[in-house]
Amino acid sequence: MQSKALKKTGMVEICSKLFRKQIFIPIAALLLLAIFNLINDPSFYKITLGYNSVGDPVLSGYLIEILDYGSELAILAIGMTLVTAATGGQDISVGAAIAISGSVVLRVLCGTNSRPETLQAPIIVAFLVSCVTAMLFGAFNGVLVAYFKIQPMVATLILFTAGRSIAAWINKNELPIISEPSFGYFGGFIPGIPIPTPFFLAVICMIVAALLLKFTNLGLYTQAVGINESSSKLNGLNPMVIKFLTFVILGLCVAVAGLIKVSRFSTINYSVVAKDIEMDAILAVALGGNALGGGKFSMAASILGAYVIQFLTTTLYKFNVQSDALPAYKAVVVIVLVVLSAPIVRDWLSKTWKKMKLKLHVKEVA
Amino acid sequence: MSSNKLPAAGKLRDRYKNLTDTSLLLIITIVVFFLMYIGAILFQGKGFLKPQTFFNILNGNAALIIASCGMSLVMITGGIDISVGGVAALVSMCCAVYLDFKGGNIFVAVAIAVAIGLAFGLVQGFLVAYLDIQPFIVTLAGMFFARGMTTIVNTNPFNVQNEAFVALKDTRVIMPGFGTVTKSGKYVNAYIEIGVIVAILVIIVMFCLLRWTKLGRNFYAVGGNSQSALMLGINVKRTKFLSHLICGLLAGIGGFVYFLHVGSGSPSHALGMEMNAIASSIIGGTLLTGGVGNIVGTLFGVLSLSTIQNIVASAGYGDPWWTGITIAAMLCLFLVVQSVVMSRKNKSHK
Repeated sequence: MQSKALKKTGMVEICSKLFRKQIFIPIAALLLLAIFNLINDPSFYKITLGYNSVGDPVLSGYLIEILDYGSELAILAIGMTLVTAATGGQDISVGAAIAISGSVVLRVLCGTNSRPETLQAPIIVAFLVSCVTAMLFGAFNGVLVAYFKIQPMVATLILFTAGRSIAAWINKNELPIISEPSFGYFGGFIPGIPIPTPFFLAVICMIVAALLLKFTNLGLYTQAVGINESSSKLNGLNPMVIKFLTFVILGLCVAVAGLIKVSRFSTINYSVVAKDIEMDAILAVALGGNALGGGKFSMAASILGAYVIQFLTTTLYKFNVQSDALPAYKAVVVIVLVVLSAPIVRDWLSKTWKKMKLKLHVKEVA
Repeated sequence: MSSNKLPAAGKLRDRYKNLTDTSLLLIITIVVFFLMYIGAILFQGKGFLKPQTFFNILNGNAALIIASCGMSLVMITGGIDISVGGVAALVSMCCAVYLDFKGGNIFVAVAIAVAIGLAFGLVQGFLVAYLDIQPFIVTLAGMFFARGMTTIVNTNPFNVQNEAFVALKDTRVIMPGFGTVTKSGKYVNAYIEIGVIVAILVIIVMFCLLRWTKLGRNFYAVGGNSQSALMLGINVKRTKFLSHLICGLLAGIGGFVYFLHVGSGSPSHALGMEMNAIASSIIGGTLLTGGVGNIVGTLFGVLSLSTIQNIVASAGYGDPWWTGITIAAMLCLFLVVQSVVMSRKNKSHK
């Protein structure tokens, strides 16, 4: 009898330990979704090896779709996590910035003609130009936030409003189409490899981010600035530069995501491309258990969060939810998440948790 | 001599110091608006000289004025609400469905609009004030929820045929003395729509609320420094809650006025209204950090914003993307001006 009770408290302790780990939240959400899908329709997990129209082997299935479409979200989540940690706000212009960088890629590849037979420039050149552009726009946001001390969300509101207009203006409001098949590799499949390329790009970004966090002080510094700006200043850091830097890094992530987005269709629709992706990126950071008010962060949790978001999206699509109605469901998830992670609610939860534990003990003693 | 001069200079500086807060930003806005309008008359030809052009700006932006009043209130209290556009779209869709498919009457439709607005204000206000969650996140979720719900209520845009509604929509209030004579010699009356009257009423009520009531003072106090407001015995949480509640209510009313202006329901209605409302408030001199702002400034913010849109459109840049770029540029300019003003003020305090 006693041993059983002991075992019970042991389990409770393990649970509470896991509960305190940050990565617990996305894992729990992932498990919840996975079990839900398993019960509802096991064929959700079916992966089939097929051949696409060119005759290359490709894997298909909902899980592959999640890996595929979740990847640009994961790439964005890397940058968004840093911005969130350093500034305590989020960049809501990423969708518009993706439109801009994608538009730049197409503009460089197409030159003056909007329907080129051959590419006017190597893809790598186009990508580098779009990287520079996206980083410049990131720098614009960074200057407003770091040097003019405007709240990040309001500062990025400017680009949010103007971004898609600028994207349309870059290509003179034309819709260039690229017929070169090798351009489609970035958002599709490289011949011979059945796993979607965006996933590899995401992995490369993750490795770069991991190396950056491991071998530089970037992670430490951003957290220091996010936790207490003035004390980090007293310790010899320059909070302005750090904040500025996080926005530039986010710009780089945006450029990669933009390349994937335009590569998927080999064209661009300025008002639709990457629509509402800022919501998903913020949601990924929130789902990763990172404090949206800045400070400590866990990159792995954010990236996992991004894939969980895509899992949710794919699940909703499977239920024939219209793409315009998706935000309503996601908004409910966001609200539940932020309510659960609100300090007041957490305090209340831990209090009731302790009370329950106490009751358990009392019962044991009795 | 110099001793005589010094107090005068000190007085001037005192005056300037007092100006720095609300009045300076308000004066900048009003001056910018008049300069812009005069510039438009000078360079864009006679179109802007007609009173009806001005009334059309009011007609087209009555909903934005109402929503911006709510936005200013929330911003004065130190928060932000980006769900107003979504709420307006949801309100117009729900009212459209109710009036057209169910053949309901207008008063119930108004009640629906107010109820939706209040519901959003209630939930968002509770989450922001009592659970202490960042207002931006809460209202971002609110915006996406409202937009999604609009699609769920009805996917396709449609025009409302309800007779009573169409009659109300086409009601024009003639402004005597402002009419113009057309080329054929016919006298055309200038008019405003019902929505403008509602907007003016809202402005008057909000102005009185903020200037002369205890609650209004509380909003400023909480936005300026919530810690010291708490020390003064103000119920900070309740004040924040009320600001979001009123903003939600105004978003609902604004949504109905918007619906009255366009006369149709569509998921893409009021797209970007929240951005315009924030931009108007900022241009009108409401500080993002809270504690500073004025409803009259907000009115001029809306007018400036729509005047510049009209100028851009009539200058031959009719493409919709130019509007986005101009609004963003204006927002950027005023944000930077605010930031500079604030940092100067902080320095003078030190």
